[in-house]
Amino acid sequence: MSIGHSFLGLLEGRPRHGYDLKRAYDERFSPGRPLHHGQVYATLSRLLKNGLVVVDGLEPGEGPERKRYAVTDAGITDVQSWLSQPEKPEPYLQSVLYTKVVLALMTGRPADEILDVQRTEHLRLMREVTRRKTGGDLAEQLICDHALFHLEADLRWLELTAARLNELAARVRP
Amino acid sequence: MTEPLLVGTDLFKMYGTTPALRGSSLTVRAGEIVAVMGSSGSGKSTLLHCLAGIVRPDDGTVVYAGRQISAMSDVERSALRRRDFGFVFQFGQLVPELTCVENVALPLRLDGVRRKEAERRSREWLDRLEVGDVAGKLPGQISGGQGQRIAVARALVTEPKVVFADEPTGALDSLNGEKVMQLLGQAARDTGAAVVLVTHEPRVAAYADREVVVRDGASLDLERVA
Ligand SMILES: Nc1ncnc2c1ncn2[C@@H]1O[C@H](COP(=O)(O)OP(=O)(O)O)[C@@H](O)[C@H]1O
Ligand SMILES: [Mg+2]
Repeated sequence: MSIGHSFLGLLEGRPRHGYDLKRAYDERFSPGRPLHHGQVYATLSRLLKNGLVVVDGLEPGEGPERKRYAVTDAGITDVQSWLSQPEKPEPYLQSVLYTKVVLALMTGRPADEILDVQRTEHLRLMREVTRRKTGGDLAEQLICDHALFHLEADLRWLELTAARLNELAARVRP
Repeated sequence: MTEPLLVGTDLFKMYGTTPALRGSSLTVRAGEIVAVMGSSGSGKSTLLHCLAGIVRPDDGTVVYAGRQISAMSDVERSALRRRDFGFVFQFGQLVPELTCVENVALPLRLDGVRRKEAERRSREWLDRLEVGDVAGKLPGQISGGQGQRIAVARALVTEPKVVFADEPTGALDSLNGEKVMQLLGQAARDTGAAVVLVTHEPRVAAYADREVVVRDGASLDLERVA
């Protein structure tokens, strides 16, 4: 899960303080599994070092939570390229994809394209696994089937999400 | 890549006030298997019917081997469907009064092949599809999976250039469905037939060479977009 990219996407809407970023992230992308302060700190210092965010305000007090961060042009380019690259298809991918879709909706990017690009990537891998399965012995076939069922579950989720994109957009847009 | 064999361009079709196709296009090359996917009611079957010359689109063109299908006479068009095209549907396609081997032989008989020769070729196809043992049975006496294999044999017995398959595994459990798809894919590759495969099952679509998605009557070639 790419916390850095998610932060950059959240900052695209408006600059936020560290604690605000953490809260937005926990609420939207990781309910029940909040980030540790250490993760927030490490992520923000990496983004700062790489020039993807800048500090544009301070509140009284100490630590990264009290600083206000804004995304830079390089940061926006970085989220953009993350969103447009399909993820490597593998089981239990949903949380990354969900984050991408929500961020795209929040920042006014075409979320349906993210789903389409991912769908294509999944089906490409399913064809590859199917070819392997067709030429394989029973053990190979069973191993391939396991992968195929997982990939199919992802694909169904992609379809369902595509069908409910408007509904989701209405909820995540401010 | 080989020449396009079948090209549907900007197809429109209304059923009353319901738009079934709204500018759908699809190109099929010789010998390739194209999966047509999309949700129920999106226009997949209508697209297949237009490409196969079963339904005449309101607008747009279908060109097969350089000839526009809508410009053909009814006689030419049905000869084309009989000789160059094969069809597999979801169910209800075997003639219940004929044995399996007679069902498979039917397209050959309609095309003037003598009974003995037609049945010999049909038996070969039944063996290939691993249903040689039910040749003498009636469709009512065999399982759904066997029935679909008979239907595939019947679609391929004339060695068509294009097989149109509309949810060919839709009524089967997943094991039987995949077996049918695997046999259909193999038979098509062996004979060089192209397949237009309508399916909503990803694991069936994965036997194709590429995928086209139909959404609201328009077809999208996602692989070219990406
Ligand atoms: N013969 C018909 N008469 C009236 N409406 C039809 C007919 N065939 C299809 N439709 C309508 O056209 C749309 C597309 O149908 P279809 O091509 O069968 O979709 P799919 O095969 O993707 O489920 C649907 O809204 C369907 O109800
Ligand atoms: Mg249909």
